[in-house]
Amino acid sequence: MTRKQKRLSVIAGGLAFLGAATGLTFYALGQKASYFYMPADLTTASVQPGQRIRLGGLVEKGTIQRGQGATVAFSVTDTHKSVKVTYTGILPDLFREEQGVITEGTFGPDGTFVADSVLAKHDERYMPKEVADGLKAKGVWQESKSE
Amino acid sequence: MVETGHFALVLAFALSLVQTIVPLFGARLNNQRLMAVGGPVAVTGFALTALSFVALASAYASSDFSVASVWENSHSLQPLIYKITGTWGNHEGSMLLWVLILTFFGALVAAFGSNLPATLRANVLAVQGAIGAAFFLFILATSNPFIRLNPAPIEGRDLNPILQDLGLAIHPPFLYLGYVGFSICFSFSVAALIEGRIDASWARWVRPWTLVAWMFLTGGIAMGSYWAYYELGWGGFWFWDPVENASFMPWLAGTALLHSAIVMEKRSALKIWTLLLAILTFSLSLLGTFLVRSGVLTSVHAFATDPTRGVFILCILTLFIGGSLALFALRASRLTAGGLFHPISREGALVLNNLFLTTATATVLVGTLYPLAVEAFSADKISVGAPFFNLTFGPLMVPLLVIVPFGPLLAWKRGDVFAVAQRLMMAFAAALLATLVTALFIDGASVFAALGVGLAVWLILGALTDLAVKSGFGNVAAGIMVRRLLGLPRSVFGTAFAHLGLGLTTLGIVGTLCFGTEKILSMHAGETVELSGHTLRFVGLYPAQGPNYSEDRGRFELIGVSGSAIGEISSAKRFYPVRQMTTTESGIRTMGLSQLYISLGDEGNDGSVVVRLWWKPLVTLIWGGGLVMMAGAAMSLMDRRLRVGAPARRRKQASAVPSAGLP
Repeated sequence: MTRKQKRLSVIAGGLAFLGAATGLTFYALGQKASYFYMPADLTTASVQPGQRIRLGGLVEKGTIQRGQGATVAFSVTDTHKSVKVTYTGILPDLFREEQGVITEGTFGPDGTFVADSVLAKHDERYMPKEVADGLKAKGVWQESKSE
Repeated sequence: MVETGHFALVLAFALSLVQTIVPLFGARLNNQRLMAVGGPVAVTGFALTALSFVALASAYASSDFSVASVWENSHSLQPLIYKITGTWGNHEGSMLLWVLILTFFGALVAAFGSNLPATLRANVLAVQGAIGAAFFLFILATSNPFIRLNPAPIEGRDLNPILQDLGLAIHPPFLYLGYVGFSICFSFSVAALIEGRIDASWARWVRPWTLVAWMFLTGGIAMGSYWAYYELGWGGFWFWDPVENASFMPWLAGTALLHSAIVMEKRSALKIWTLLLAILTFSLSLLGTFLVRSGVLTSVHAFATDPTRGVFILCILTLFIGGSLALFALRASRLTAGGLFHPISREGALVLNNLFLTTATATVLVGTLYPLAVEAFSADKISVGAPFFNLTFGPLMVPLLVIVPFGPLLAWKRGDVFAVAQRLMMAFAAALLATLVTALFIDGASVFAALGVGLAVWLILGALTDLAVKSGFGNVAAGIMVRRLLGLPRSVFGTAFAHLGLGLTTLGIVGTLCFGTEKILSMHAGETVELSGHTLRFVGLYPAQGPNYSEDRGRFELIGVSGSAIGEISSAKRFYPVRQMTTTESGIRTMGLSQLYISLGDEGNDGSVVVRLWWKPLVTLIWGGGLVMMAGAAMSLMDRRLRVGAPARRRKQASAVPSAGLP
């Protein structure tokens, strides 16, 4: 191989490598990114059972049920619609009724959302940004809640 | 005192403008006296910023609630240590710490840069001054920590309880020393572009700064990871949270920079690439500052969401990244290209390292920014989490880790892979053995787990092989070998330790992810539970009172083989009344390199408590490996070639250059 050919093959190798990495990245973005929904969005969006999504909203008052063991059931609402969620594990410290939460998981065959992680806001002053934006978009945001 | 601090900050801003303009013109006009202004101004600017910082810290320490920032983030009942660390546990104070460190590095260049060519030094200080000016203005305009309240409140609103921890004393300062340390590499790069001249000695000046920044960034990330691990009570050490990624991207790029700077220094190749990498690394640090400080992300780090701040930092970001890249585009062609080398050589291996690391940085960048882009251009909201990064970052890292042991053993210019492979035979055999032993003898080990253990052993022994080969193991008598080992340059030890640390961290991650066990259950007092061969008895919940919180402490006894208690672990639910906030204090017991981790959940109606238990084998190695990497960087720094202000003879020579070389 001449010097030029050598150099070209090195460049071609590098580009092939970058191309493969780019392809993998976009494939992964398509497959592994999880969409955020509020309960009312679910009537229009098509979410397959087993598809991983993030569901956000407020914990509906009076719906928290602690069952046997460490499983908890509660409803997440955006005041228009609510969705029943079950979760096994330790709830975050700031998990309370009428607080903003984001749950992540999949819908079970019976329409219950099985969450494997529950995030509440980080301190008493803020609400998860997605939830706050979603509530604002639905016109149920009260400014007093932000403080 | 507070007004003094405020005044000092304004003065420091004014001086940073002087530091930007005067030396820059001095270098242009080749005027020695104008150039000489940079040094003393940089040192004075640092002193003023330090004064300002001390003023704020003393306001925090003395709970002066007439200062808005203190009122919002402190409380008179807090222990003194958290009052002081609370100085930077909020947006305003942490930005002040940021510029404090920035001016500190500028002052270091001024103090120790006497052997730099005068124009380079002046330009470096000017660029450093420009970064400082932008951030001083940012603080004074949007995040002034010295704003007073009138009338002064009687009591403060308390520091976020999650931050009331020793981690706050270490994690942010280390992280900033890393982030901001890369500003020096950036300034050197921009200065080289302004001068249109770059040579191997440039790399010799830049490398120690890169090492220092990298060392602290490694420590900052490791500390942040351990802090999140024990403080949040989720038992995880890395969440691929955008804020974590914000610190991880400069680390990856900085690691690449560290390696390419070696090639530049030794072989005077990859010059333009190294320069670009230095610019990119600090750009990623700025991007990290933007992501964390602008409030575009929700996280523990987003202290306040004020849109003007976000826009301001975005402007700084655009100015510096755009400006430096534009300068790069204009000037890079003027720089002479470096030497050539054979693909199979130490240089080739380092190029491969750079290819993997920068691609990995890019995937993390895409994963971090993609949700923001999607949100900006469509109504959808998405999150990109661990599954994405496992699929993209993982496949890039594994081959890189496999080739790591080859790098240091390859010769410069033209290497012999087969000879190196022969030397690594022992390490390879041991790694293979470890893989087989794991697969065959450890219950529940998957193929991935076995390969992971093998990879970690390969890295660890590969690093030790490097030292053994270079000290002549097997070829010379033991006594000579020891003497040779001790006589090796410190940078060789640095490389070996950094790679060893990488292997240890890998082993810790594999151990925890593949062999860890977990149980969630609800327990009554007196019940016992078994986890991976450890028996724990739940003794009960005991209320207790802290200085600014009350807690319910769940006590657990570790039961030995004989049936009697051999130790106690306790986890607590803490309630901080000022913020009406509950936190979980996890209970951790370290056993060898592994840990038992207990996190307490809610109390049920029947008096039972939800308990989450983890057995985390080898977990301490994750952060221990980070410490070993830091030790490696420290050893490299102590290498004779890089020692700051080394032999007097050389310094004399160097300082003679400008007067002799310039008219």
